[in-house]
Amino acid sequence: MTTLSQAHASPTPSSPSPTSVMRVRCCSSAGCLAGGAAELRQGLTAAVARRELQERVAITGVGCLGPCSQGPLLAIDPDGTLFAGVTAADADGLIAALAHRLQAVSAAEWEAPLAWRPAAGEQVDTGRPFFTRQRRVVLENCGLIDPERIEAAIERGAYEQLRHTVTDRTPAEVVDTIRRSGLRGRGGAGYPTGLKWATVAKMPGERKVVVCNADEGDPGAFMDRSVLEGDPHRVLEGMAIAAYAVGADQGFIYIRAEYKLAIVNLRRAIEQARRRHLLGAGLFGSPFGFTVELRVGAGAYVCGEETALIHSIEGQRGTPRPRPPYPAEAGVWGRPTLINNVETLANVVPILREGAGWFAAIGTEGSKGTKVFCLTGKVRRGGLVEVPMGTSLATIVSEMGEGCPDGAGLKAVQTGGPSGGCVPASLLHTSVDYESLQALGTIMGSGGMVVMDHSTDMVAIAAFFMAFCRDESCGKCVPCRAGTVQLHGLLQKHLAGDATAADLAQLEALCPMVAETSLCGLGQSAPKPVLSTLRYFREEYVARLKPGPTAAAAGR
Amino acid sequence: MANSVAEVMPTARSEHLAGAAAPGGQAFEALEPILRRYHRSPDSLIEILNQSQELYGHLSDDLLRHVAGSLELPLSRVHGTASFYHLFRFRPPARHSCVVCNGTACEVKGAAPLIEALEQELRIGLGACSADGWVSLGSVRCLGTCSAAPVVVIDGAVRKHQTVSSVLAAVRELDAEHGPEGEAEPQP
Amino acid sequence: MSVRTLSINGHAVAMATGTTLLAAAREVGVPIPTLCHLEGLSPVAACRLCLVEIEGSGKLQPACLTPVAEGMVVHTDTPRLQDYRRTVIEMLFTEGNHVCAICVANGHCELQDRAVEVGMDHSRLPYRHPDRPVDLSHPLFGLDHNRCILCTRCVRVCDEVEGAHVWDVGWRGEHCRIIAGLNEPWGAVDACTDCGKCVQVCPTGALFDKADTTGEKHADPARLGALVRARARGQQTR
Repeated sequence: MTTLSQAHASPTPSSPSPTSVMRVRCCSSAGCLAGGAAELRQGLTAAVARRELQERVAITGVGCLGPCSQGPLLAIDPDGTLFAGVTAADADGLIAALAHRLQAVSAAEWEAPLAWRPAAGEQVDTGRPFFTRQRRVVLENCGLIDPERIEAAIERGAYEQLRHTVTDRTPAEVVDTIRRSGLRGRGGAGYPTGLKWATVAKMPGERKVVVCNADEGDPGAFMDRSVLEGDPHRVLEGMAIAAYAVGADQGFIYIRAEYKLAIVNLRRAIEQARRRHLLGAGLFGSPFGFTVELRVGAGAYVCGEETALIHSIEGQRGTPRPRPPYPAEAGVWGRPTLINNVETLANVVPILREGAGWFAAIGTEGSKGTKVFCLTGKVRRGGLVEVPMGTSLATIVSEMGEGCPDGAGLKAVQTGGPSGGCVPASLLHTSVDYESLQALGTIMGSGGMVVMDHSTDMVAIAAFFMAFCRDESCGKCVPCRAGTVQLHGLLQKHLAGDATAADLAQLEALCPMVAETSLCGLGQSAPKPVLSTLRYFREEYVARLKPGPTAAAAGR
Repeated sequence: MANSVAEVMPTARSEHLAGAAAPGGQAFEALEPILRRYHRSPDSLIEILNQSQELYGHLSDDLLRHVAGSLELPLSRVHGTASFYHLFRFRPPARHSCVVCNGTACEVKGAAPLIEALEQELRIGLGACSADGWVSLGSVRCLGTCSAAPVVVIDGAVRKHQTVSSVLAAVRELDAEHGPEGEAEPQP
Repeated sequence: MSVRTLSINGHAVAMATGTTLLAAAREVGVPIPTLCHLEGLSPVAACRLCLVEIEGSGKLQPACLTPVAEGMVVHTDTPRLQDYRRTVIEMLFTEGNHVCAICVANGHCELQDRAVEVGMDHSRLPYRHPDRPVDLSHPLFGLDHNRCILCTRCVRVCDEVEGAHVWDVGWRGEHCRIIAGLNEPWGAVDACTDCGKCVQVCPTGALFDKADTTGEKHADPARLGALVRARARGQQTR
């Protein structure tokens, strides 16, 4: 496996020749596009055309290059140098520098560092911990291949494991490999993936369904978007292998409508794979067939919940229903259904390629493999990182992210979105794995990691997440529909300085009630941000209280 | 966003039946290939509503009636489903849209002051549309471009690292086009 | 028919496989409060009043949906459950505008009965006083959204028994409303057969007969069970 800095440095030809080529990889994911990456790429293509260098300089769009907060980013091969903050105005200068390099006659000239810097940006030092501390498994192709061309994915081995699986492996072997790898669901709850596959595989039924949950709704999380934008075939192949393992013939990708570029890239990828008979009937000359359909959501966070997602795929209101029956027993149209998150499915190919033992050797006792995180908020170097499970929060936030800017000092790290909690700075030594985070009152979640400094008001953060849950509650069960409104009202009262000790007591009483009586995960975890801020930052609630009859009760 | 439930007024049943019989002459021909592609399957309701809205800008009652009829679904089932999802509109969109991302990263990096400034500048509340149909102000729960926080989307273009002065400058540019006559009708 | 033996509040109980905990408890005279549940309609487990504790299960389970299992030890009335039930009722009272003194269902209201049962003499939560409309467009019946608790019995009876599907739930979260047709006045929806089943199954005064005034509504949701059974036997009913 490659570290990111290795991945960025493709093998350098020892000496220049008239046929040497250079490649500029332009990040074309949503983060950099917001900073003008599309204009930059157009500018580069035009500059290459003006100098008639089309044969020598390739301009390709790629998925996320990592440190998104400094975008737009681009990388230059064969050097593997990474530049940040590049704008369209820099295009001509860069191509001129590349043209100069291509005229090199000696190896020394060819290997000399590029004499070019973006006007307002900089060269990114890929020797920093942000890069060296990463271990890329899920993202091994992300940022390297052009997601618009299936050929680029195939060159890097895409669909090789699917072919191998369909022709040489039994479904039971595949399930067993995944089980032995120790892979757990990356959507948040961490359910063992092999067990889930085995359950669906055991269910009777001629027709089964595999669903890829790409309804990445947690605010502050964009891992799945980055994978789908940067390496869509990886996910399609993982789905097809899962389908083979559990005996499914039909697949759905349920993706949120906000991810416009991921939708475009996925649609194209599905069509390309279908044309090459990598999806469809009778794959690789076997009787196994598998089709994938895209289902675009319409703005409902609760549809990330499995039963709500099933209702939405069926064209209904996205309301959850009680379990059992579990989706594995009765899912889409009552058929046994396997639902896995994008990142979970993206782990399938490397596990099969390198073996269950290889995967199980990465990470901790209970949490195997790597996890992709989105480092955002008050952090110097934010973006997409993939680290082995068991890496400490301090390593990710302080070392890789290089801490908070403006010297305000780190206060807390929020993980798990509206279903998670805040870890205070004093506990940053905690290892990132399912159990350790749960013990702190938060969850791994899908991988959003929002850094907060001392200017962040924790009561306001709790109110922010409660407003989110109030807005996203489906309204079916009473404790979530009415409870989130009451909790939000109480939090606003605290924010306004109108709350008394009695209100604080009521807030604390209502949290377990909503958590224990709500029908689905949204309501059950909605009080978590409140409980976790109460646990670690209680003084911020108490300091706001106005004198009331039962002030003594609040000091407990 | 908060959807105000339409005021329900007592109405004679016969009047409404007459209204339903004459759907204003709109035939929704452009929808036909889409309905066919999905085999008029009720499962495809959300996909069809998504594409209907793309075609016609919003989901009018006539359009919903047409979809319900085509998929052989009860009217209340279609409206109940459409109104559940935040992205479906029942009124024509404003000419310009200004959407502030309200995700965690944007919140931590100061989305609230942006919303406040825009509310004052545009003189409308969050989730509202100006009376002349010129501009709407909305919010979205995380676009997944958190590294660019705080993010504001104006007419579909994502703007990164926004400040109060940069968003105000951007919406004032819209205002500059507004012109003196300015009473533009919203686009269908 | 195979039998499962279990314990409900310490009573040893033997029940046929597939029986729900709710039916089992009622069979042996253990009351479990419900609002959204109605015999003859599909269960939705939305009101959360019938949640019970099952030993060995970390989560509370809805009695209306959970089948009996061998050796199950069930508690239906612990102090925790009593407190949660009262809170659910308080949430329902505060999210709508329930003014018993002027309600058609006063004295015959299931919400009122549940409030008495859980001992709710006042609400600990603040009232929200929402602005909700009244639909009087139907010639025979009325719908007062102020009194609606979104139990969806009307939606289910109209769809599952009458087959008209006039009603559905519109919007989401706190904005949820029962809608007729395309969120139209009830009287404008031609799918309505005027059968009145929705009025009969409504647990509160939200759906009512226009002829009724304060305290006069005598809905009889139990008739639905008889109707469903008669249909199953092939007897002519409507």
